Amino acid sequence: MTSAARRDLWRRFARNRGAVAGLVVLGLVVLAAALADLLYGDGPLRMVARPLQWPGTNPAFPLGTDRLGRDIAAGIFHGARISLLVGIMAAAFALAVGVVIGALAGFYRGIVDSLLMRLADLVQTIPPFLLALVLLAILRPSVANVVFAIGVSSWPPVARIVRAEFLSLREREFVQAGIAAGMGDLRLILTQILPNALAPVIVFSSLLVATAILTESALAFLGFTDPNVMSWGTIIGIGRNEIRTAWYIAAIPGMAILLTVLALNLVGEGLNDALNPRLRDR
Amino acid sequence: MLSRRLLQGIPIVLGILVVNFLLLNATPGDVVDAMVGQMGASDPELVARMKERFGLDQPLLVRLGLYMWNLARLDLGFSAFYNMPVETLILERLAGTALLMLSSIGVALVLGVVSGVAAARRFNTAWDMLIGVAALLFYATPVFWIGLMMLVLFSVHLGILPLGGMSTIAADFGPVEATLDVLWHLILPMTTLSLFFIATYTRLMRSSMLEAYQQDYVRTARAKGVPEGRVAYRHVLRNALLPVVTVVGVQIGALLGGAVVVETVFNWPGLGRLAYDAVLQRDFNLLLGILFVSSVVVVVVNILVDLLYAALDPRIEVG
Repeated sequence: MTSAARRDLWRRFARNRGAVAGLVVLGLVVLAAALADLLYGDGPLRMVARPLQWPGTNPAFPLGTDRLGRDIAAGIFHGARISLLVGIMAAAFALAVGVVIGALAGFYRGIVDSLLMRLADLVQTIPPFLLALVLLAILRPSVANVVFAIGVSSWPPVARIVRAEFLSLREREFVQAGIAAGMGDLRLILTQILPNALAPVIVFSSLLVATAILTESALAFLGFTDPNVMSWGTIIGIGRNEIRTAWYIAAIPGMAILLTVLALNLVGEGLNDALNPRLRDR
Repeated sequence: MLSRRLLQGIPIVLGILVVNFLLLNATPGDVVDAMVGQMGASDPELVARMKERFGLDQPLLVRLGLYMWNLARLDLGFSAFYNMPVETLILERLAGTALLMLSSIGVALVLGVVSGVAAARRFNTAWDMLIGVAALLFYATPVFWIGLMMLVLFSVHLGILPLGGMSTIAADFGPVEATLDVLWHLILPMTTLSLFFIATYTRLMRSSMLEAYQQDYVRTARAKGVPEGRVAYRHVLRNALLPVVTVVGVQIGALLGGAVVVETVFNWPGLGRLAYDAVLQRDFNLLLGILFVSSVVVVVVNILVDLLYAALDPRIEVG
C-alpha cells in the first residue's frame, strides 16, 4: 500500500470522531495492561489492606478493596491484560479457522463447500455461549483453554463472510487471468483472492474481539476461568456476593468492560468507514 | 417445502448429538466421580456399582448406540445428580426459559423497531444521535453486569422489585395474583436480557429504513402525494423489516446463551441455569439433553423465520 493510500484510509477513519475516541480509550486500556506489573507488582490476588473500603475513602486504594482486602485497582489493571489477551487471541483463533475454512469452501465449491458449510451449520446451531461452557467443562479452565473455547464457538460467521467474498471474487477477471497464467491454487488464494477479500474481515475482527471480551467476562463471572488470574469478570463474580452492601466491587470492573467493548465497536465503525467508502454517507 | 426444511434440520441435530456425546464422554471424570468427590468417600466397589448402574462401564460406542435408541423413544436418559429422568427436568424448566426468551424478544422487537424507525425518520437530528448513543451503550454492556446493577438499584436500594426467583415463596395466591406475581419477577430478567437485542434491532432497523428510503417506489409514492407518515409505515417499514426478521433467527443462539447468564444472576428457574448446574456437577446426561433441546429450538426457530420471511415478502420461496 502506498503512503498516499494509507493517508487516505486514515483520513476516512479520522473523520469519524467516535472512532478516534474509541482508539484513544483502547490506547488507555493497552497502557493499563502494560503498566500493571510496574504499578501493582504484587499482583491482584494479594490481600493488602483492610477489607471492604469504599472507593475514595483511602487515597492508597482509590478504587477500594474487596472482602478479602484485595486492591480493586490492581485487579482492574491486571484484568485489562487478561481481557485484551483473551479477546485478541480468541479473535485471532476464530479468524484463522474461519479464513481457512471460508477460503477453501469458496474457492473449491462443490463437495468441499457443502461439507465445510454443514460443519459451520453444526457449530452455529449450538448456542455459542453454551458451546464455550461445555468445552470448558471438559477441558481444564486455563487461559489457553478459555481462548480455545471462545475461538471454537465464534469462527462460523468469519467463514461465511470469507466464503461469500471468495465465491464472488473467484469469477472476476483478474482471478481468471491468474488461472490462465497457470498459477497454482495456493498462490491464487493467497496472492490474488485473499488480499481482496480482507476488508470485511478486518471490519468484523474488531467486533470479534469485543464479543470475545464480553464472553470471557461472562465465563469468568460464572467461575469458568483460570483460578490463578484475576479477570474483570472474576471481580464482578466476587462482587456479586457483596451486592447488598459493597456494590462498587461489581460496578467498577463492569464499567471497564463496557468502556473497552464500546471503544472496540467505535473503532470497528471507523474501520468500516475507512475500508468501505461506498457506505460512508449512510 | 416445510417438510424438506425439517428434513434438513435432522442431520444437523443428530450430528450435534453425536459430537457432543463423544466430546463429553471421551473426557476423564464423569458424574459418579464428581458425586464421589463431593461425598469425600471413595469405596472402589461402590464406585464400580454406581458406574454400572448408570451404564458408564460400557464401551463408548455401545453407550452412543444405546443413547440414540433411547432418544428415538424420547427418553433422554437419567440425571444422576438430580436423581430424575432428564426429560422430566427439562420439561419442568422449559416453561421458565420460554417465558423469559419470548418476552425478551417481544420487548426487544417492539422497542428496537420503534426506536429504529424514529431515528431513521429524524435522520441526522438530535433524536437520531440520542438513540444512536443509547444503542451503542446497550450494545457494549455486559448482560450479567447490567442485571446486577439493576438488582442493586431496584431491589436492594429502592426495594420495588424482587431480588430473584420466579415467584414469591410460600405465598397463598389465587390464579390472578399468581400470574401477576410471576410477571413482577419477570421484569428485571426480561429487561436485562432484552437490552442487547433492543440495541441490535434499533441499529439494524435504522440502517435498513434509510436504505429502503432510497428505493424508487418511495419516490413514486411521494410523487403521488402519499403523506409522509403513510410512506414510512406502509412502504418503507414493511420492506425494512426483512433484515430484522433474519437477524432474529441468526441470534436465537445468542439469546439462549444470554439466558444462561441472566437465569443465573436472577435465580430464574430455566434451562440456562439447569445447563450451568449440569456443567458444574459434570452431569453430562443432563447437559447432553439440554444441548439437544436447544439445538432443536434453534433449528425450529430458523424454519419459522424462513416462513415468516416468505409471508412478508411473497417473492421469496421457502426452499
